[in-house]
Amino acid sequence: MEQKLRAWDPEAVTQTIEFRGELTLVVPGGRLRRIMEYLQTEPSLEFNFLSDISVVDRLPAEPRFELNYHLVSLPNRQRLRLRVWLSGADPTVDSLTPVYPTADWHEREIFDLFGVRFEGHPDLRRILLPDDWEGYPLRKDYPVEGFR
Amino acid sequence: MTTIETAVGTTETMVLNMGPQHPSTHGVLRVVLELDGETVVKARSEIGYLHTGIEKSCEALTYSQAITLTDRIDYLAPLSNNLGYCLAVEKLLAIEVPKRAQYARVLLTELTRIASHMVWLGTHAMDLGAVSVMLYCFREREQILGIIEMVSGQRMMSSYFRIGGLALEPPPGWLDRVNRLIDMLPSRIDDYEELLTHNSIWESRTRGIGVLEAKDAIALGVSGPMLRAAGVDYDVRKYFPYSSYEEFDFNVPTRTEADCYARYLVRLAEMRESLKIVRQAMNKIPAEGPIRADVPGIIPPQREEMKTDMEALIYHFKIFTEGFAPPPGEVYQRIESPRGELGFFVASDGSAKPCRVKVRAPSFVNLQSLPKLSEGGLVADLIACIGTTDIVLGEVDR
Repeated sequence: MEQKLRAWDPEAVTQTIEFRGELTLVVPGGRLRRIMEYLQTEPSLEFNFLSDISVVDRLPAEPRFELNYHLVSLPNRQRLRLRVWLSGADPTVDSLTPVYPTADWHEREIFDLFGVRFEGHPDLRRILLPDDWEGYPLRKDYPVEGFR
Repeated sequence: MTTIETAVGTTETMVLNMGPQHPSTHGVLRVVLELDGETVVKARSEIGYLHTGIEKSCEALTYSQAITLTDRIDYLAPLSNNLGYCLAVEKLLAIEVPKRAQYARVLLTELTRIASHMVWLGTHAMDLGAVSVMLYCFREREQILGIIEMVSGQRMMSSYFRIGGLALEPPPGWLDRVNRLIDMLPSRIDDYEELLTHNSIWESRTRGIGVLEAKDAIALGVSGPMLRAAGVDYDVRKYFPYSSYEEFDFNVPTRTEADCYARYLVRLAEMRESLKIVRQAMNKIPAEGPIRADVPGIIPPQREEMKTDMEALIYHFKIFTEGFAPPPGEVYQRIESPRGELGFFVASDGSAKPCRVKVRAPSFVNLQSLPKLSEGGLVADLIACIGTTDIVLGEVDR
């Protein structure tokens, strides 16, 4: 998988992590959407199912936000994780909703709880919390108790 | 569909609010409907009424304490949630669970699947006017909860699966009770089928209603019985086996009609397959053997050891006061919950509390398909569509 991606674009993968049998490819945020389109449509890969997007706030480290995209290839029974790092000052990345419609609510949830913005999302509103909520509760600088 | 097309007039549309307090929304789902007469033009779900910040709370608890919160995510299948979370942490720690505990986990999660499908069938049938089915389903479900109470002491929020194995040694005679149950259930499932499968009202309410083709289902990330009713055999138990599922012989029921009726048939067939798995697990479970992995410092020692071994006593104290610290890293563990792919993403920063726990809730993702299922149909069919999605709002909102 990694070789295929590198052959297609030599700068697509910046780091490869293998932990507990799970493969993670770190990719540059600016190329994320193109890479996803490639993974989805390349006939030998066909990662057609986006399971989940999860974020980890690595405060005080910088870049601060770690976005993980969990992909499954249903025809090939394979799984893969892509990772993108976003800075704390401007956590913005391309939306994947045009590529995987399922990303819609996942991205809204991440926007709601972490304040990460997705460029090109059709309807980026809070999803779980009320519209007038202040702050992003799943960030590490937001206390578990006693904020309001 | 021609009747629906003629029903669309040239009049104005009307916006109607359905829920959050509405019996057929199965909790507190609010759907904002744009209607043209009886036809749904647009359906938009508003969620979050049950958001309790479970993922945030997990970050303030130790790895073992967080198990109790996972029960409360999907309250119709608490053991599936326990299993997903425990497997994720065990993967992080690279712990191998003894076979006896693995088989017991398989047995109990399959019983949970049956119980969850029974609640789904009962409530779904009640939504569509077949009230008596609910009474039968809840009667059998209570027997399953009785078994879970027998082994864990709790009917629902049992937290019976712990990191490294099980909480308690199952009581003697529990397998006899399981045996009696699974001898009885096939005929009971036949009864439900008799009430519904060829019932012409049931068929006309569900056949051809809420069609979600495989292509759309995959694009929307829909999993579980909804995806399998569209002909895709994605079942995590087969694709990425966990907890020794590769040793069990069972089929993955699929249909191709992709409508509410197909989803009903898939779920009923799944109940029968689960019974097959339960029977195999019963024969596999060794009568004696450890129920927890033996990893000093991480897995609590047996009570007997603590009375004779000072090390064990110290470990026990440390585990319950400080917890344990897995190596830094991230894992994603997916399992097949009754509703579809349930994923737990657990990130460790090397401390005794998880840095991040993310739940990939199947109901949350499946609910995204509601506009696709219902738009263009009638309001009455929207009820069938919500029911057949089998959402648990606790899981949607977390």
